[in-house]
Amino acid sequence: MSVIVYVPLDSSACALGADAVAQAIAREAERRGLAVELRRNGSRGMYWLEPLVEVVCGEQRLAYGPVTAEAVAGLFDAGFLSGAAHPLALGPTEAIDFLARQQRLTFARVGVVDALSIAEYVAHGGFVGLARASTMTPEAVVKEVTDAGLRGRGGAAFPTGIKWKTVLDTPAEQKYIACNADEGDSGTFSDRMLMEGDPYCLIEGMAIAGLAVGATQGYIYLRSEYPRALDILESAIRAAREIGYLGSNVMGSGRAFDLEVRLGAGAYICGEETAMLESLEGKRGIVRAKPPLPAIAGLFGQPTVINNVISLASVPIILAKGAAHYRDFGLGRSRGTLPFQLSGNLKRTGLVELAFGVTLRELLFDYAGGSASGRPIRAVQVGGPLGAYLPEDQFDTPLDYEQYAAMGAMIGHGGIVAFDDSVDMAQMARYAMEFCAVESCGKCTPCRIGSTRGVEVIDRLLAGDDRGRQLALLESLCDTMEKGSLCAMGGMTPYPVRSALKYFPRDFGIDTSRAA
Amino acid sequence: MSELHQDEIIAREIAAGRDAPGALLPILHAIQNALGWIPPQATRMLADALLLSRAEVHGVITFYHHFRTHPPGRHVVQVCRAEACQAVGAARLEAHAKASLGVDYGETTADGAITLEPVYCLGNCACSPSVRIDDEIAGRVDCDGFDRIVERLRAEEVSA
Ligand SMILES: Cc1cc2nc3c(=O)[nH]c(=O)nc-3n(C[C@H](O)[C@H](O)[C@H](O)COP(=O)(O)O)c2cc1C
Ligand code: SF4
Ligand code: FES
Repeated sequence: MSVIVYVPLDSSACALGADAVAQAIAREAERRGLAVELRRNGSRGMYWLEPLVEVVCGEQRLAYGPVTAEAVAGLFDAGFLSGAAHPLALGPTEAIDFLARQQRLTFARVGVVDALSIAEYVAHGGFVGLARASTMTPEAVVKEVTDAGLRGRGGAAFPTGIKWKTVLDTPAEQKYIACNADEGDSGTFSDRMLMEGDPYCLIEGMAIAGLAVGATQGYIYLRSEYPRALDILESAIRAAREIGYLGSNVMGSGRAFDLEVRLGAGAYICGEETAMLESLEGKRGIVRAKPPLPAIAGLFGQPTVINNVISLASVPIILAKGAAHYRDFGLGRSRGTLPFQLSGNLKRTGLVELAFGVTLRELLFDYAGGSASGRPIRAVQVGGPLGAYLPEDQFDTPLDYEQYAAMGAMIGHGGIVAFDDSVDMAQMARYAMEFCAVESCGKCTPCRIGSTRGVEVIDRLLAGDDRGRQLALLESLCDTMEKGSLCAMGGMTPYPVRSALKYFPRDFGIDTSRAA
Repeated sequence: MSELHQDEIIAREIAAGRDAPGALLPILHAIQNALGWIPPQATRMLADALLLSRAEVHGVITFYHHFRTHPPGRHVVQVCRAEACQAVGAARLEAHAKASLGVDYGETTADGAITLEPVYCLGNCACSPSVRIDDEIAGRVDCDGFDRIVERLRAEEVSA
């Protein structure tokens, strides 16, 4: 019998050489006449250990990492196929502290299963939720999602069940499910990890959404920066269609749902839901005014559910285990879990799925092990390029949508980017304005022009040219952008700028010793 | 590539994609995948086929950073400029990339080998700084690592 060896196919694991490691293992096994069955899984999300190779030994999976192609022959020599000791040996994967302490619901299978194997997906609880949904009334499916307390994971945190109910209650010949896989925020990669590591989970979630609201067609709007996710999704959709999880008769329910992937084209604003619809319709990604809500008049003018990848991928487990199981995780009105993504200047970067309520300090120090440089962590940006920068005295606030909003910050997509004390926060504020100028859709003046002027004002401020005046100007510019912009692109760019000014004034050359 | 040949490819991609709802973006992707860029005559051909004005098609092509209106080099190298990469030295990497290739963003090296472009996050933030070389992502790229990538691309061309 052959030994089963898992080597990730995840983009980041491959960016560190996982494909080469897989080839080396296949070559070495053949040379030695050993039977090895290579399976390509997603990443467990412990990127400092990637490429992380796992060997199946009896009931256990034993981890070795980070493995280079050059190290493969040595692993064979040591007898890693039977779980032998080696300097790269990490023991049973599930026992690695970083992973063992997580609460994985949405990511339960990511890194565990062969990403493209329907058999493994099913063996790990896949399609149980869809099977159940296919026997329920649409109203009952929507109620289950509502009762679970799931809120959109793409940023706005809007209750998913309410959105679905609106689409269900809007009569139309054709309805759509549009999955927002634009994942434009820097420091975020959970959508990518899920699509690459457990594509059937997203497919199942979308099919459940389709049955729940009566939509027969789904689109995954995927950013063009993710070529590997594209390949994997397209293979998975084909395979799911062949077996009847998609198509004209989903799991024998007599109801239809099919799926297509559409590629974006490198525009951040196309992550905004109405700009995404314009782009899906083949137009420039210019934000639409709301109302009408997309749930009532969305894609091609039809009722459309727009949800983020993680929102949709959380649905299968809600249907499989029931609303209460999911709702029991979390805090306040933030129910369930969120996959937090740790990046930037951190020792152990990666994905940590936990119930809401964990603090930044726990994530940064207990999980990530502090900064990679060994210097103090000075600022952390949470929630992508429109999110606030937080100083250390804010690290103990529990991560929950309301508590973050209360301190002028946001959780957004759960991306957490850490900077050590070498960061120049004035430059980060300048970058936020510059990013807005590059990515603005151009529809409204405060955002389109304000961000360009914002860069100029910060430059003058830093040149020390009449500081008081420039500061007043920057404040009023931020006010105008916040209050006068049509969407959060212009409306929230002041968050990183203002938080940088407020918490790190010295970087702007502002003398705080004389402050009142 | 001759313009005639380009026209054939554009016409082929239009014919293959025109019936899908919201066809313009998928067709533009197909053209750029085949040719590396969107040649000027594509605007007219697309407008005619999809019953759009040329201004509309032009507006779409120029709105998206991904679509190129000039032919790129034989390889496209994108350097991530976003925050997680900046936290571990992206600014230094960007400056080095421009200086060592002797080009600014959007430009192609004199030998036609490499076009340099900025990108705002490759989803490789846990292994930053990040670089994309055609469809391949590289992680933890420092200045030396960047030079090795460029050397490899040039060596592959010599041996090819
Ligand atoms: C400028 C801007 C960019 C956005 N980018 C994304 C994105 O990349 N991915 C995403 O899921 N949502 C993004 N959103 C949020 C979407 O507009 C929308 O709220 C979300 O896709 C709805 O799905 P959810 O309810 O499942 O979160 C963005 C919003 C704005 C204003
Ligand atoms: S705020 Fe900016 S991105 Fe949003 S609609 Fe206005 S111009 Fe477009
Ligand atoms: S910030 Fe550079 S890859 Fe995400």
